[in-house]
Amino acid sequence: MEKFLVDLIGDNLITILIICVIPLLFLLPYALVAILAELKISAWIQDRLGPMRTGPWGILQPIAEVVKLLQKEDITPANASKLLFNIAPYVIFTGSYAAFAVIPFSSSFVPSNINIGIFYLLAVSAFAVVGILMGGWASNNKYSLYGAIRSVAQIISYEIPGAIALLAIVTFAGTMNLQLINQMQSGWFWNWFIFGGPGSAYKLFIIPFMIPLALTYFIATLAETNRTPFDIPEAESELVSGYHTEYSGMKFAMFFFAEYSNMFIVAAILTTLFLGGWNSPFNNFMQGPWWGAFWFITKSFFVVLLQIWIRWTVPRLRVDQLMYLSWKVLLPISIVCFFALGLYRMLV
Amino acid sequence: MSELRTIETEYSLLTDRLRVNVGPQHPSTHGVLRLEVVLDGEIVVDVIPHIGYLHRCFEKHAEAMTYPQVVPYVDRMDYISSMNNEWSYVMGVEKLMDIKVPERVEFIRVIMAELNRIANHQIAVATFGLDAGAFTPFLYFFRDREMILSIFEKTCGGRLLYNYFTVGGLNYDIYPTFVDDCLAVVKKVRETNAEVMELLIKNKIFIDRTANIGILPADVGINFGCSGPMLRGSGVPFDLRRVDNYSVYEKFDFEVCVGKGEVGSLGDCWDRNIVRMREMEESCKIIEQAVKNIPDGDVKAAIPKRVKPPVGEVYCRTETPKGELGYYIVSDGGLKPYRVKGRAPSFVNLSVLPEISKGYMFADLILILGSVDIVLGEVDR
Repeated sequence: MEKFLVDLIGDNLITILIICVIPLLFLLPYALVAILAELKISAWIQDRLGPMRTGPWGILQPIAEVVKLLQKEDITPANASKLLFNIAPYVIFTGSYAAFAVIPFSSSFVPSNINIGIFYLLAVSAFAVVGILMGGWASNNKYSLYGAIRSVAQIISYEIPGAIALLAIVTFAGTMNLQLINQMQSGWFWNWFIFGGPGSAYKLFIIPFMIPLALTYFIATLAETNRTPFDIPEAESELVSGYHTEYSGMKFAMFFFAEYSNMFIVAAILTTLFLGGWNSPFNNFMQGPWWGAFWFITKSFFVVLLQIWIRWTVPRLRVDQLMYLSWKVLLPISIVCFFALGLYRMLV
Repeated sequence: MSELRTIETEYSLLTDRLRVNVGPQHPSTHGVLRLEVVLDGEIVVDVIPHIGYLHRCFEKHAEAMTYPQVVPYVDRMDYISSMNNEWSYVMGVEKLMDIKVPERVEFIRVIMAELNRIANHQIAVATFGLDAGAFTPFLYFFRDREMILSIFEKTCGGRLLYNYFTVGGLNYDIYPTFVDDCLAVVKKVRETNAEVMELLIKNKIFIDRTANIGILPADVGINFGCSGPMLRGSGVPFDLRRVDNYSVYEKFDFEVCVGKGEVGSLGDCWDRNIVRMREMEESCKIIEQAVKNIPDGDVKAAIPKRVKPPVGEVYCRTETPKGELGYYIVSDGGLKPYRVKGRAPSFVNLSVLPEISKGYMFADLILILGSVDIVLGEVDR
């Protein structure tokens, strides 16, 4: 589609702008659907109905929530550092939106098909930490500060197992280009990297390493997006709501939006690297650029649903237990898997 | 703590203490409790509870009311287990007047109190889970509590504050399908408890969070005057239903649950919580035995129209879900009590909080507070 647009409008500013806006056009309806899914799934898990009044079965509830947030008073605390306080939500959102630049939605649409896709993703997803620390510090609130500090410690710790998991895939695939990684996984679903990728029967040896690797990455991303059981930065029971305690109205909505957008980003990376990206699970059945987008969004959404499911099932960890899990459990697992994949690449 | 000091002195790495104000408006102080917490990073150095935000002058009010009029005020102390509160006060006045209440009244009182105990423990375990970050069991318990509340509603009209027990009996008789409703509650409570055991109590994360924190040694608990699940969690089988054998409790077969330190140390948060879970089962047993043989008869003893106890004083205590609730009632022979002093279990149990929460992490402090199971209406009275 990128090429199609370039052909149609020419290689100028307008084309680039359109390409920039397409992910946003996707993100807005996605966020609404994800909020509704969160509300409804939590309701079903908890044996209640969830929103039922706005529209049939409450499907308009997310829109009502957005309208509510827009109408609310936008408070800036008197002693807050005004500039930092006001730009923090946008910094966080910028970080997560920038990641969309390399997400391959379909075989013919990726906003920017660069060779260092994974590297770029790691770089921009770490960007959100700056915003969180900014918001927490500028709020001039002890709870916010605690939330921000915890968040920074957590995200930095979990980036390491997450990054090693990605690195293992890079070693395995031999490229950092997400589009190429997707193309490698075409064919039946057993060609997905989580099932050892395409190759001979030797790949059976690496399946026991691929699945833990995918799980490690998934757990690490739960922590990176501050979702339960790792929602320590916004632990409601002790920190009220952590780094965004003082935010209200539209700025709070931006935090919320960034969280859901981040959830999709990590789900999309997981899909791309382990679940075959835009490939159909059934070889040539329903394969093609448009079907590619369909499969990609479906798979990513499935991962988002997993995140929601986990959130409403398990309790929260404590700060030290979180660090323990990151450094003493996930890191060794990911390193072992990394070496195993490297060895496989050398030998086979 | 000593380790921190070494770091500070040896490496001259000075850290600042942070004084954080938790409450009175905070999601997990279970009401309007204010905790002044001194933190060193994430470690709790000191906790100073400030109470009194919900003080409603119960004791002064009681002096201005006639004896039966005090009952609704008693309801509002521990508003989660009002039936138990009423029982303690009403039993005190009956002792003072030397009234023997009919057997039927005693049975219905036992059933009501045990239903209320289940409802209270459901909230206690639910909010404890909520403090640990598990939202779903919270709603499961609230769904089931609804059944208990509707029994109360059908019996006396109130869902939270009942004014049901009265001096010498009960205000209303039970309704025809009462027994069936009680048995349905028992069945549902058992189902949900089994589910929550799997979902929350035996969850690895939950055990990691609650085991070995907030350890209350039995001697400290006794010295601070703790009672109820708080003390039983530390392994002391102190249950007034067995110790005093008041009312008709000697007729029922039930166990006094104590903590055993199964997953951590004896007297940790997990132990206190599991005592509550198991007491729900014991309450179910009592209800099952009681509903089978409720005697026929009147629900009110023959007492004079005007409740006018003779000059004297009495201390009457019962086992409420939170612990030992006692009322010290002084009568000057008039229509109104000369003095009513409530010994509130929440208040006494809360006093041990600073003792058991030092040196743990901030997140643990919230869990320890949750495991004490306080109701601020009772703490402040």
